[in-house]
Amino acid sequence: MAPPGAGTARPRGRGGYWLYLVPSLVLFLAIIVVPFLMNLATSFTRWSGVGTPKWIGLDNYTKLFKDERFWASFQHNVALIVAMAVVPTIIGLVLAAALFDYIAKRFGGRTASALRAAFYLPQVLPVAVAGVVWGWMLHPSYGAVNQIFGLKVNWLGDPDFALATVMAIMVWFQLGYPVVIFMAGLQRVDPSLYEAAEIDGASWWRRFWHITIAQIRPEIFVVLLTCTIAALKVFGPIFVLTRGGPGSATMVPSYFSYLNFFQKVNVGYGSAIATVLALIILVVTFLFLRVQERDQESES
Amino acid sequence: MTPDRTIRQPGRWAVLAALVVLAVVMLFPFVIVTLNAVKSPAEYSSGGPLSLPHGLYLDGIAAFWDRVDFGLKLWNSLLISGVVAVAAVVLSVLNAYALGIGKVRGRLWILVVFLVANTLPQEALVYPLYFLAKKAGLYDSKLAVILIFTVIQAAFGTYLLSSVLGQFPRAILEAAEIDGASRWRMLWRIVVPISRPTLSVLLIFFFIWTWNEFFLPLVFLIDNDNQTVPVALASLQGEKMMDATTTSASALLGIVPAVAFFLIFQRTLTRGVTVGAIK
Repeated sequence: MAPPGAGTARPRGRGGYWLYLVPSLVLFLAIIVVPFLMNLATSFTRWSGVGTPKWIGLDNYTKLFKDERFWASFQHNVALIVAMAVVPTIIGLVLAAALFDYIAKRFGGRTASALRAAFYLPQVLPVAVAGVVWGWMLHPSYGAVNQIFGLKVNWLGDPDFALATVMAIMVWFQLGYPVVIFMAGLQRVDPSLYEAAEIDGASWWRRFWHITIAQIRPEIFVVLLTCTIAALKVFGPIFVLTRGGPGSATMVPSYFSYLNFFQKVNVGYGSAIATVLALIILVVTFLFLRVQERDQESES
Repeated sequence: MTPDRTIRQPGRWAVLAALVVLAVVMLFPFVIVTLNAVKSPAEYSSGGPLSLPHGLYLDGIAAFWDRVDFGLKLWNSLLISGVVAVAAVVLSVLNAYALGIGKVRGRLWILVVFLVANTLPQEALVYPLYFLAKKAGLYDSKLAVILIFTVIQAAFGTYLLSSVLGQFPRAILEAAEIDGASRWRMLWRIVVPISRPTLSVLLIFFFIWTWNEFFLPLVFLIDNDNQTVPVALASLQGEKMMDATTTSASALLGIVPAVAFFLIFQRTLTRGVTVGAIK
């Protein structure tokens, strides 16, 4: 029995599949590739957003490297990597191990998953909404935090406290993500490993170090990479909580470029900041993947 | 065994107690926002943020809802996130079909380019996109935001789905080929139905990620009638007329949809987080 359309010879094998990529490639070109190249080109010009951009070569970049605000913004980024990637990973490891290896065994799986859900809940909020919540709780005159501790601190308005406050909020926001990922990773670990270690009299700490951490290394890499990228890109909480202030105490590159694009109409300069930020993110991603690859090779 | 147990008993409760205290700290903002969103301004000024509400005072929430036309913001967010989720899944499937099953030449490089696009900071695209959207008459329209996020989410979806479809059972495809099924038919009749679990995880993730987005909607959705929930709430932050109860009411309205999605999609989300982690 002849299949319908058997008369028209259809090409078999590999050819033809690329047709399925066409819609994406068109959209991709228009929305990612062309704009990215335009951004790069703009970074070599002085442009207010209207009229013709004026080519100035590397001037924006040389200005950037002398700009204290720019360097400060990158220092704040490093602080936010600590708050959003490093600290949540460390606390997350301890929490995931405690929930998996201790609470679940002694108090049951339901207790463990209820606690996990509590730690994870901040993660479901849009980050801008999390900012609204904390902005209200930290209000210097009517906020809940000052009421509880009987303080009168202007948490977000005082340059000495602003960055540390934002960091603390980000730890709260990020913590649940590593906990959930690490607990999922621990499901893979062979329980007999723990049992054998326990019989050998290994302390909880030794088991944590030699079994838990060693076994979920791939998850630790993923969490560190994704959280570091998120920290480098951070915009929403800064916009909602401090707008980079007071002064430039919480300025970050993404907000700094936004400021130059839409408030200072310094589009060329904003593009240079955005380009440098993109470059840093790509380099960080590349390095992480490299280290991970080497780690996996030495494993096998 | 018994004496050993009794010695360990206090320690064992101490760990649980420590974790419960931490959980309470993590949940505290949710609780206190809810408590204060149902207080009247008079109650707030006399009792402060920590007192328990005397009754349910919902006028604050209602007044805020009307003032920002919150129903419309919800609809905007739903519409944008829903359309993006569906369109991005469709694009991801088409791409992954060519890359994972068709194994087109240069697929590794195509995947790398998609992945780079997904990690790129939106700041490096925003001004040209803003400029082009103005030229095309799409500035301050939901369509512009929908198009941009469809491409960004599909870049990630392509990466994830390609490896899933790369392991698609060949025997099923070959059998269909012998029966004379066209590629197009094979995609929609065989590949898509069999991959449905992964597709639904992607759909929900795209929806929630788009819902939570802030930067591009802030730039592109200027008109009050176009704004999404996060943008509407954040842009009210600077306003001096917001009093304590109104602010907590606004925070509650931002929290409720997010928590609702979490409760509805909890299983899919945990499954998806696991899938994402292994990748």
